[in-house]
Amino acid sequence: MGNYSIEHILFLKKKKREHVIVVFFRLLILMIFLFVWEMLAKNGIINSFVFSCPSKVVKTLLKLFSGGTLFSHIGITFYEIIISFLLSSIVGIAIATLLWSNNMIHKILDPYLTIFNSLPKVALGPLIIIWFGAGINSVIFMGFIISIFVTIISIYQGFISTNINYITMLRCFNASKWQIFKYAVLPSNFKNIISALKVNISMNLIGIIMGELLVSKKGIGYLIMYGSQIFNIDLVITCIFILAIISYIMYSLVNKIK
Amino acid sequence: MKKILEISNLKKNYHTNNEEVCALNDISFDIYEGEFVSIVGPSGCGKSTILSILNNIIDKSEGSISILNGYKLAYMLQDDCLLPFKTVMENCLIGLRVNNNLTEESKEYVIELLRKYGLYDFMNKYPSNLSGGMRQRCALIRTLALKPDILLLDEAMSSLDYQTRLNIGEDIFKIIKNEGKTAIMVTHDIGEAISMSDRVIVLTERPSTVRSIYNIKLKSKSSPINNRKDPLFAKYFDLIWRDLNG
Repeated sequence: MGNYSIEHILFLKKKKREHVIVVFFRLLILMIFLFVWEMLAKNGIINSFVFSCPSKVVKTLLKLFSGGTLFSHIGITFYEIIISFLLSSIVGIAIATLLWSNNMIHKILDPYLTIFNSLPKVALGPLIIIWFGAGINSVIFMGFIISIFVTIISIYQGFISTNINYITMLRCFNASKWQIFKYAVLPSNFKNIISALKVNISMNLIGIIMGELLVSKKGIGYLIMYGSQIFNIDLVITCIFILAIISYIMYSLVNKIK
Repeated sequence: MKKILEISNLKKNYHTNNEEVCALNDISFDIYEGEFVSIVGPSGCGKSTILSILNNIIDKSEGSISILNGYKLAYMLQDDCLLPFKTVMENCLIGLRVNNNLTEESKEYVIELLRKYGLYDFMNKYPSNLSGGMRQRCALIRTLALKPDILLLDEAMSSLDYQTRLNIGEDIFKIIKNEGKTAIMVTHDIGEAISMSDRVIVLTERPSTVRSIYNIKLKSKSSPINNRKDPLFAKYFDLIWRDLNG
């Protein structure tokens, strides 16, 4: 802090203190939650067979870990999420670009987009299983179909709300559609694309887990389904924790793109 | 003086679902090399439409436009339209880039313009670092980079506050004269039109035609601000005012 004025040092200290308080309370909430849960279970106020408890979750986690199957399940789920995320992002941006480049195509396809976007895609589950087989392809497609329409619509909305002045300016220089896209639309939509991808990631997670619940033989969603079928609630809750961590990691990864 | 642009019987209709609106009805005038011409008229009379047609942004309905062979037009908009995510230099080069005209020579020319008009030190800065006046100069350099012969200024200064406007009007005028360009400026500001122009074209209300054309003979050929002090300035102002409100 060599050259800082006292005022600035105080300012930095205040900032640091705020940060410490935030982190402290975050951890405190988690601790209280885990403690209360554990105590309720231990004293028989809630049935730990139905509601599980933190110590059992840790035990299950260790068992899964030592059994060696945990990482293959996590790996499969990760793999499915990443493939379906990449697919829906690339296809989504491509289709949004196409719709932007030709208003006629947009006008023609608009009602279909709206219908597919509002359709609860879970309803397509049985069909997807019949078409893509009871395996990983169905799961990936489920993730893809759930996220693709939202991605298209939000990226397209960003594209068409590009500052009209930039476009007019480029048109004054006789710029082609592609040049307008390259010099104005794409760069000014960078933030918008990132936020669309964030939504995309959470939609993908929903789709993948739903797919795994419906059809898979591996993955975190499968473990949840399996756990509930044999009434192993410890397993179910452990998997939900793992899932929370996976989604946090994926979300942070997209955030890193900046 | 050499006639470089001839507009005759220009007509433009706009179409909506329920009606056809005639914006321009028979507009004719000529432009001579090196002139500064302003177009004034009641708001909504289609002043800007003329420039848009000249620049091929919209199509005309009838009439003819002939530009002397080899003469190039360039358009400057009301907003400076600088891209915030590109540097000042990149903004100035965008027209050249879009036209696949970016050579070492053209780049040198842009750098020379930046140096001449006080933006050299800001070359690698972003537009957000520029003042209103600098932004407008940057936009003008972007237009000049393509070496046009005729500049079309569409309310180029109207988004600025009055004092900045006067200063930038002075700036832009000097740059245009300095580079030996012909200019057609659309404005709603009578004072601005008189102080900067060699001729002022007054349009009627929509469907508009040319109501009158004034040859402005003020003393100062180099400073629009000084022209405002000329006794004739008030006389021209009065005449044009009466035309617009008559």
